[in-house]
Amino acid sequence: MATAHSRTAARLMLAPATVLLLAWMLIPLCMTLYYSFRRYRLLTPERQGWVGFRNYENFLTNPAFRDAFVNTLILVVGVLIITIVLGILLAILLDQPMFGQGIVRILVIAPFFVMPTVSALVWKNMFLNPVNGLFAYAAKGMGLQPYDFLSQAPLASIVGIVAWQWLPFATLILLTAIQSLDSEQMEAAEMDGAGPLARFRFITLPHLSRAITVVVLIQTIFLLSIFAEILVTTNGGPGTASTNLTYLVYVESLLNYDVGEGSAGGVVAIILANIVAIFLMRAIGKNLDA
Amino acid sequence: MSRAITPRRKAVNTALAWALGLLIFFPILWTVLTSFKTEATAIADPPVWFFFDWTTENYSVVQERSGYFRFFWNSVIISVGSTLLGLLIAIPAAWSMAFVPGKRTKDILMWMLSTKMLPAVGVLVPIYLIFRDTGLLDNVWGLVIVLTLINLPIIVWMLYTYFREIPGEILEAARMDGAGLRAEIVHVLTPMAVPGIASTMLLNIILAWNEAFWTLNLTAAKSAPLTAFIASYSSPEGLFYAKLSAASTMAIAPILIMGWFSQKQLVRGLTFGAVK
Amino acid sequence: MTTTMRALLGATALCAAGGIAAAQDKTTLTIATVNNGDMIRMQGMTDSFLEANPDIALEWVTLEENVLRQRVTTDIATGGGQYDVMTIGTYEVPIWAKQGWLVSLSDLPEEWDADDLLPAVAEGLTVDGELYAAPFYGESSMVMYRTDLMEEAGLEMPEEPTWEFIREAAAAMTDRDAEIYGICARGKAGWGENTAFLTAMANSFGAKWFDEDWNAQFDQQPWKDTLEFYVGMMNESGPPGASGNGFNENLALFQQGKCGMWIDATVAASFVTNPDDSVVADKVGFALAPDTGLGKRGNWLWAWSLGIPAGTDAEEAAKKFVAWATSKEYTEMVAEAEGWANVPPGTRTSLYENEEYAQVPFAEMTLRSIQSADPTNPTVDPVPYTGIQFVAIPEFQGIGTAVGQQFSAALAGTTSIDDALANAQALTVDEMEDAGYN
Repeated sequence: MATAHSRTAARLMLAPATVLLLAWMLIPLCMTLYYSFRRYRLLTPERQGWVGFRNYENFLTNPAFRDAFVNTLILVVGVLIITIVLGILLAILLDQPMFGQGIVRILVIAPFFVMPTVSALVWKNMFLNPVNGLFAYAAKGMGLQPYDFLSQAPLASIVGIVAWQWLPFATLILLTAIQSLDSEQMEAAEMDGAGPLARFRFITLPHLSRAITVVVLIQTIFLLSIFAEILVTTNGGPGTASTNLTYLVYVESLLNYDVGEGSAGGVVAIILANIVAIFLMRAIGKNLDA
Repeated sequence: MSRAITPRRKAVNTALAWALGLLIFFPILWTVLTSFKTEATAIADPPVWFFFDWTTENYSVVQERSGYFRFFWNSVIISVGSTLLGLLIAIPAAWSMAFVPGKRTKDILMWMLSTKMLPAVGVLVPIYLIFRDTGLLDNVWGLVIVLTLINLPIIVWMLYTYFREIPGEILEAARMDGAGLRAEIVHVLTPMAVPGIASTMLLNIILAWNEAFWTLNLTAAKSAPLTAFIASYSSPEGLFYAKLSAASTMAIAPILIMGWFSQKQLVRGLTFGAVK
Repeated sequence: MTTTMRALLGATALCAAGGIAAAQDKTTLTIATVNNGDMIRMQGMTDSFLEANPDIALEWVTLEENVLRQRVTTDIATGGGQYDVMTIGTYEVPIWAKQGWLVSLSDLPEEWDADDLLPAVAEGLTVDGELYAAPFYGESSMVMYRTDLMEEAGLEMPEEPTWEFIREAAAAMTDRDAEIYGICARGKAGWGENTAFLTAMANSFGAKWFDEDWNAQFDQQPWKDTLEFYVGMMNESGPPGASGNGFNENLALFQQGKCGMWIDATVAASFVTNPDDSVVADKVGFALAPDTGLGKRGNWLWAWSLGIPAGTDAEEAAKKFVAWATSKEYTEMVAEAEGWANVPPGTRTSLYENEEYAQVPFAEMTLRSIQSADPTNPTVDPVPYTGIQFVAIPEFQGIGTAVGQQFSAALAGTTSIDDALANAQALTVDEMEDAGYN
């Protein structure tokens, strides 16, 4: 359908976005690559020079790196599982007829509007704090010892906080998908004697597969770079129990002020993120075309 | 759904949904409630729910100390500005990818998304140096540029998936009538694309409003948005739950209210092509 | 590509600057400061300064300590030039001054009276005979305790307690059912948080960070003694979640009456004795930081100070402001408005000679604590570094925070004490080698 004329026009229209993103990617990337082979510590800038792969060596052999790698995966996968499972259940529930559906939907999507720093501060101080937090009061009310979430289960607590923030997003996308489900098909299945579980398994779930892929893709992009929640709640600790890759890069470049090693860490993180990306895109590209 | 629903079932649904909704909303509700307490009531054991002496003192303390509106306006300019600029760049790009797809369209799209995976913390120093040399430090327009760029992939992708749902036959018909490219866009596409653009815009404003790394690190006094406002309350001396709650409420209220009022528009286009 | 991008960004900046720069003939000072009570108070007191200097306008950037430190360090090290006055501490000043990043303040006016500064504090801010930052408030650390709980426990706090006494008293005061915890101390990881506390404490146990050849010393017995004592004491008598508690968290606990004793900064004394914020305001006693009889006490020395970054375009105005904020007149102004207990403490001899200030319950103990701190000679054995609760080398922030993470994990019980020390030793050795010390 496209003429040569419109092809040229299309190229021109695509150009600004592509060029800008290319610049936004390449300039920092090249600078990061450059610094990753140099000794550059902000506090002793006079001692600069080429160091070969030393920064990479230091970053990769740092025992914290392995922990951070594993924690990053746990964080991403944990939040994805929680938000998708709860999201599907909530979406099915919200799809049912009820009183005050609009208000319930408003309540459910609210966490999505809360800044990560604010939600981390609120959860840390007003809920998880073992002395003054609401959970501690609840535990004491039931005669139990308050549980010290952020030092005994730091990563799980962060997964919880982040899942709370992203649950609305997953729910909304899944809800839109469920609403587009053909109700006649459902009725036919019901007439054939299929129980609710079977209907869910063979009709709803396949119908949702595209929506689930979208949720996975978008959320993964944001979850790989979770940072504010960790900074505010646990500072990556105790030890390295809640340090993810982004946070480790932050530690190197902005706590140790070692721009060289931080850059090397940045490059490593980019490579790992892109491996995940390629993997995801493959899976998703297929699903989205289908 | 057309199936008949027993009143009992509806009541159960309602009860369950409300319970879950309130549970999810509870942390926000609790923050708002706490912001109207005194510091002593805020940590009272057992916790007080609704029956306490409501006070707005925390708000006046926070306002006097920080001057809320300066931060608020910067947040508005940065989030709205970056969204509009982003749309300006993204609409043509998404349009061309959706209606004149080439062999590599999908690759370009995926590549765009992958630029979002660049860890911001790792490139702060290089970007800081560029901003220093271009005089963009502590400048709202510098932040508008950065936030436009980091959210551009999401905007392009969202618009692309939305535009693709617009049936090509309509364009064909318009062309048969002799409409030029411009007329095609203005009279045929735009009206159909408005819901998608609206929800893209809303989502992006939310993302930009809540972005807390660049907005904190590239600003000082003049261009600091609400994320910096919050950073001065995150661990002050002594008892601070009530003041923290007041500051938090002030930081999230505008976007929350905007989100609630526009949720229909937001939800309508928020499909990312997930619905066929 | 880079040039185009720069041109593009530059053009946008110009447009933006043109729009904003309308009618600004005043000198605007951008002041970066930490969100501590004394600094917040300063922001409310600036009217007299602005009246006396109508050509100067002030813009405040108030941030939480860690965020502030990262912001100002990035800015000064890259020459970003966003601030005209920075709030920095005794750790930063010598390192930054050596880099030539700070403007010398030795030429502040005569009446500012540099000779009046407490010697221990002034020394920490002086490099090669030049003063590079003006102290806003100074602090050491000491024991703050609940007199009523001490009495109930049948004990009496000596003015110069030992760590053994503190541990026993803490155990005696603890009543977990009533939510009273005998000892509150820092456990939150960070070089300015638990590492500061533990480094000062370790000094009194005869431990040190490095020997005279810059070899890390975490594999030595004194560190093991320190950490075992600390973890043991906190497990017996500390609050739940201690590994996440920093200065502010502990302050809140003490003000709520949940701590029997709290060993921390002397500035906290005015907060815990302020009846508006503290339920135990009239029941607080003070004592020097504990020791083990080896000749060093576990107290530190710190001064939040105002420095001016080299390259600022408003040096004169910045100096005027710094001199005003750290002057005797400012102190008097605060005393008049808020009472003597609320003036910024610990910087000037004249304050401690003031009879009205001597009435303040914690004045004497604060002065004694500051005077007993010796940053140039911090440990039992000789060391190649200065600084009590820190090691005044650029690499310390990174190492100190990583070591703090290990100590925090040991306190939380997720790592054993031996492993935490072994990890601390290994990472310190790595970093020091990398930095070229040995």
